Amino acid sequence: MDSPTTYFHWGFILISVPNLLVIAGMIVLFAIALVVPFPHGGEGKNGRR
Amino acid sequence: MDAAEPISEQPTSWTVRTRRAIDRHLPMDHLLPVRQPYYVGSWVYVFGVITIAALVWVVASGVVLAFMGPQWWHDSSVGRFFNSLHFWSVQLFFIFMVLHLWGQYFMAGWRHGRAATWAIGVVIFGISILTAFTGYLSQQNFDSQFIAVNAKDAMNGAGIGAFFNVLNFGQMYGLHIMLLPIGVTILVVLHIVMVRARGVVKPIDPEGGARS
Repeated sequence: MDSPTTYFHWGFILISVPNLLVIAGMIVLFAIALVVPFPHGGEGKNGRR
Repeated sequence: MDAAEPISEQPTSWTVRTRRAIDRHLPMDHLLPVRQPYYVGSWVYVFGVITIAALVWVVASGVVLAFMGPQWWHDSSVGRFFNSLHFWSVQLFFIFMVLHLWGQYFMAGWRHGRAATWAIGVVIFGISILTAFTGYLSQQNFDSQFIAVNAKDAMNGAGIGAFFNVLNFGQMYGLHIMLLPIGVTILVVLHIVMVRARGVVKPIDPEGGARS
């Protein structure tokens, strides 16, 4: 816990691996939210649910 | 005085005008949603609600921490639990606020008269960052001292070091537990009321037709 973290370095991009993992996880979560069907999300008779 | 006697409402009264304006823009019948348009059936719309839920946990755990004090949140196991609860609910608050921001950005949530709602969301994001920053300075440990001493140079370089003194614990703590959370909470309530008043923005090109 007390040791410095490792960094991802690519060109001008320098970011710690934990922060990179959080951002990657957020992108994955966002993609999942787009594709996973929402329960009872079907269209009703008047366009409402 | 007869209880049945009607009270005359003066149209010039600011209270009457305020009440009528609220009735006009946000009738009480529509304050909390019962049904939503079909396009709201997506997990993307849940991000904003989770952000609010995280904020509730942030405020609730923060109230306990403020009441009990730094020695408690450092030395006692229950205090450390609440300290962690506060920290991790803030992480969730920011993660889901950014996911909400991405969702609103890609669906252009500022359309059809919702520019102010978007702008208030941007201000909430900014104040939240400032609140989190002052929170790191309020920890009362070596970490907060390290952050404060390093941030002092940045504040001085920006020309606001005298006004916003990160080495002044009282100022940072006051901002963190009082002024900034009040600002965030008021703006979040306003943000939600504005979303309720105008409804959720329609998808871009919902029927494959005109982009109204």
